[in-house]
Amino acid sequence: MVNLTIDGIKVSVPEGSTILQAAREVGVKIPTLCHHPDQAVKANCRVCVCEVEGNRLLAAACAQPVMEGMVVKTRTPKVIEARKTILELILANHPQDCLNCIRNGNCELQDLANEYFIRDNPFTLKVRGLQKDYSTPSIFRDPDKCVLCRRCVEACTVVQSVNALGLENRGVLSMVVPTMGGDLIDSACVMCGQCIHACPVGAIGEVEEIDKLLAAIADPDKVVVTQIAPAVRVAIGEEVGMKTGDMPMDVFVAGLRQVGFDYVLHTNFTADLTILEEGNELLQRLKEGGTLPMFTSCSPGWINFCETFYPDLLDNLSTCKSPQQMFGPLAKTYWADKMGIDPAKIYSVSIMPCTAKKFEAARPEMNASGYRDVDLVLTTREVGRLFRMSGIDFDKLAGSNFDSWMGAYTGAAVIFGASGGVMEAALRTVYEVVTGNTLEDVNFEVTRGITGIKEAEVDLDGTVVKVAIANGLSNARQLMDQVRAGESPYHFIEIMACPGGCIGGGGQPITKANAKRVERIDSIYVEDEKCAIRKSHENPEVKTLYDEFLLEPLGHKSHELLHTHYQAKNKKYL
Amino acid sequence: MDYKDIIASYASKPGGIIEAYHAVQKELSYLPEEAVAEAARVFNLPVSDAYGVATFYSMFSVTPRGKNVIRICESAPCHVAGAAQVIAALERELGIKMGESTADGQFALEFAECVGQCQATPVITINRKPYLDVSPATVPTILAEYK
Amino acid sequence: MAEEMRIVLRNYGKIDPLKIDDYIAQGGYKSLEKASSMDKEALIEEVRKSNLRGRGGAGFNCGQKWSFAYKADADEKYVIANADEGEPGTYKDRLIMENDPHTLIEGMAICAYAIGATKGFIYLRGEYPQLIDVLNTAIAQAKEKGILKSFDIEVRSGAGAYVCGEETALIESIEGKRGEPRFKPPYPPSEGLWMKPTIVNNIETFASIPVIIEKGGEWYASIGVPSYPGTKVFTLTGDVNNKTFVEVPTNTTIREIIYQFGGGIPGGKKFKAVQIGGTSGAFIPDSLLDTPVAFDNMSAIGATLGSGAVLVLDESRDIVDVTTRIAKFFEHESCGKCAPCREGTARMHELMQLVNSGKGGQQDIELMQKLGNVMSIACLCGLGQAAPAPVLTTIKHFGTDYNAKLM
Repeated sequence: MVNLTIDGIKVSVPEGSTILQAAREVGVKIPTLCHHPDQAVKANCRVCVCEVEGNRLLAAACAQPVMEGMVVKTRTPKVIEARKTILELILANHPQDCLNCIRNGNCELQDLANEYFIRDNPFTLKVRGLQKDYSTPSIFRDPDKCVLCRRCVEACTVVQSVNALGLENRGVLSMVVPTMGGDLIDSACVMCGQCIHACPVGAIGEVEEIDKLLAAIADPDKVVVTQIAPAVRVAIGEEVGMKTGDMPMDVFVAGLRQVGFDYVLHTNFTADLTILEEGNELLQRLKEGGTLPMFTSCSPGWINFCETFYPDLLDNLSTCKSPQQMFGPLAKTYWADKMGIDPAKIYSVSIMPCTAKKFEAARPEMNASGYRDVDLVLTTREVGRLFRMSGIDFDKLAGSNFDSWMGAYTGAAVIFGASGGVMEAALRTVYEVVTGNTLEDVNFEVTRGITGIKEAEVDLDGTVVKVAIANGLSNARQLMDQVRAGESPYHFIEIMACPGGCIGGGGQPITKANAKRVERIDSIYVEDEKCAIRKSHENPEVKTLYDEFLLEPLGHKSHELLHTHYQAKNKKYL
Repeated sequence: MDYKDIIASYASKPGGIIEAYHAVQKELSYLPEEAVAEAARVFNLPVSDAYGVATFYSMFSVTPRGKNVIRICESAPCHVAGAAQVIAALERELGIKMGESTADGQFALEFAECVGQCQATPVITINRKPYLDVSPATVPTILAEYK
Repeated sequence: MAEEMRIVLRNYGKIDPLKIDDYIAQGGYKSLEKASSMDKEALIEEVRKSNLRGRGGAGFNCGQKWSFAYKADADEKYVIANADEGEPGTYKDRLIMENDPHTLIEGMAICAYAIGATKGFIYLRGEYPQLIDVLNTAIAQAKEKGILKSFDIEVRSGAGAYVCGEETALIESIEGKRGEPRFKPPYPPSEGLWMKPTIVNNIETFASIPVIIEKGGEWYASIGVPSYPGTKVFTLTGDVNNKTFVEVPTNTTIREIIYQFGGGIPGGKKFKAVQIGGTSGAFIPDSLLDTPVAFDNMSAIGATLGSGAVLVLDESRDIVDVTTRIAKFFEHESCGKCAPCREGTARMHELMQLVNSGKGGQQDIELMQKLGNVMSIACLCGLGQAAPAPVLTTIKHFGTDYNAKLM
């Protein structure tokens, strides 16, 4: 242990700790901007500078290791002047349009400007006037707002190994840019949106489409139907002042009805359906010597990644569409028929934790119903805005149930929202289908948690199936390289593009720390435990769907509506 | 030599991308996109990193420029020795402004910082070769070498 | 009367730099032979005892630096010669490499032996392409003679980035990356090139080593000012009669360098200011010219020895204009990694332009002082910390020149 004093308070911390860590131990708050709890030390914003007795230079608290006997002062006039001046410098080229900014009220720079009461900036405001980038349907970039902290670059390179973002030029001309300084759509970007979580300001955000929803609601000729993805409920409360996981599902549904949705259905329904289709596909591949290992295909960021970096492994991908895109065509065929609604009038909106879902819904092949299958994708954050705008008091709102035929779900669908959940759900079903026995303990603990790569073996009546699970694309890359080299021992691999799985998706409430992702994961499994039915194949509405419409898994109708194929992206530069 | 062969010849040098870029520029005067992408491939870097390197160093250009790159030192010793007059003379002689290239693609004019020949200021370099004690009067003679 | 004393330039003009036998005839490589027979710790102690302090600008005790790398346990260690001489007005390292490349190689080889390195790099600034062949020829000759044994040296070119003179930025550049300084610690002697223990020394530092080994640390420590002993090469530019170079003991005063070796101001004009140490150095008025050039003496007057560049301005010069030009230099050369340097250098240039063009007011001077003070203590690396020095010192010593330009 190393002993030091910070602002006169004695503190003892493990060797190798930084001043920032030591200060937090004793409740001394040091401001930061480039610091990110799960990323490498950057020490580039210099907002965290402190005085260390005996040193002429100020120390960056986020990076400076503590030393025995160190005397740190975090609040001297010299320190305050330095921090204020640095903030003034950063703010002097930052657009002063907080009121219009997507991060208004949730911006680290705004908070600092407030804490340090920056009023009359002595430096002349000089915004660079750079082009905004709206080239993708998922993510926009507003480079004028970039504070060059480089957190997005680390998210894109280290966490996701996508390397779509990098640096250009130097000095005051330096910028974070997509590959070769081009548009995001021409880079290897997979639209996972992890850069958005990393960004302390409004330089990167989701493409907002709330207005399209409002227009559809206002249109008397449209029947507005929504589906909610498994990972949304645990996080949506964060957007309206609740704790993680605290929003009850029925209150969430009631809130959506208040906003004006005509029907509220659930992506969980098609998550269960996915298990039946994908589980059977796996069994078929195992039996008939199909391409193995089979990869899950629920995560559109992951699909983009595979199409971009591993086009040679596209045959390994399950042909199942994601739950969102299974829901789309079913809503405009099966459900429309059941409800007696003209499918041409259905405006299908999905509520997703994901930015890549916007891109997925817009894929040209996603029109199996004869219409665009999913008309609009809103992220959890956009729905949060919708709720806040609507002034709904969730504490006083009475709950409401999902609408029929595509609203029922099991615990197996709930856990789709977390890394390992698809695998666990599949194992619950596949085990029973293959062995014919009842699975007494449905919990496959080994598949759970935020660990980057997890693996398990399951004995299916003498056949040992080896599975692996990766979350975060750098981890996926490790498994893919193994497959490419012909050295993969697995039969089935689940990949979710985002760290922690969909609960950490690019469209979720801004999530700086992985600790928040872990909280959401925990909440997912609590919900699973509460479900009366926890195996996908026991979902009564899914049974009805097969009985009345699809007839059998992997059948003719399934292939027409629920399966697809993928194509190499052939990006110019990776 | 093709840029691919040039870059390939540096493949065995760890971190040799900067050397490779110098060699490409010697042939092409700038770093075309394809060369940056090729360097990324050869040195096993993401293209974004190779591009980040190409745009960091002031001697590299990722946009086309004149074949003969004239750089004028503007650091303090050259500044007080009359760099401004040399700049004016070069601009006049070539009919272009600093940062531009001649229409025939023969010359590019760029600012540079100190080139370490401060015993004989002002200094310019053409294709990295230094010319010392340059004055407006000597500019035409120097340029004639490259015309 | 100060006298010139040539240690690092001892062979200047005496040998053909492309002939190793010339160097050997002057006693060259004898120190390497001697060093190689010494116990490594004793060798490092000899260097430490000489109190040779790094000539690159930071002034760290060379032997002490070596001892860190020596003690570091690693399968590979590196020796890097910092030939990214980028301080405007400086060309001392070029003089050494151009005229006596083997002294650099010998110094590096001694260091390699001392710390246990087998690979060396000379990071040569991109502006010195003509030296690539000179250095490679010298390396090949030394290799051919078997002098270097298993020690290999490779020359790597920079590509126009002043910041690469900072040792960790230089290391990044050799690794083929953007030349951005790293946060320290870890320091290069423990984690440097490719995260291996690495010694980065200036050319002038390495060139001093063979003589220290030959004549002993005590001998060297007795030259010049004890706290910063030995000699220093100065390069004179601007308004001096002799735009030349000179190597002198460190107790020589600034005045002696300008008037005795530089021959004073041309055209019968009066002295106005001198900037020492390169473009990041302080401007010094006449009243402080009797200061010895040694590191700590310079620090005491708020100046730096830096690279040893000496830019003299006569009374006719517009010092605000020159400082504006210097501010532009830093805007151009900031790597952009840390906010106060990236934004601060640009703002400093903007404010200097404002004042220089007669559109500034007293509040702009005050803002530059505040900004400069913050930058000098809050920036990530030496570039940003030193960048405001010319502005701050000219405001301090030549305030009337600024006032004359205010609105």
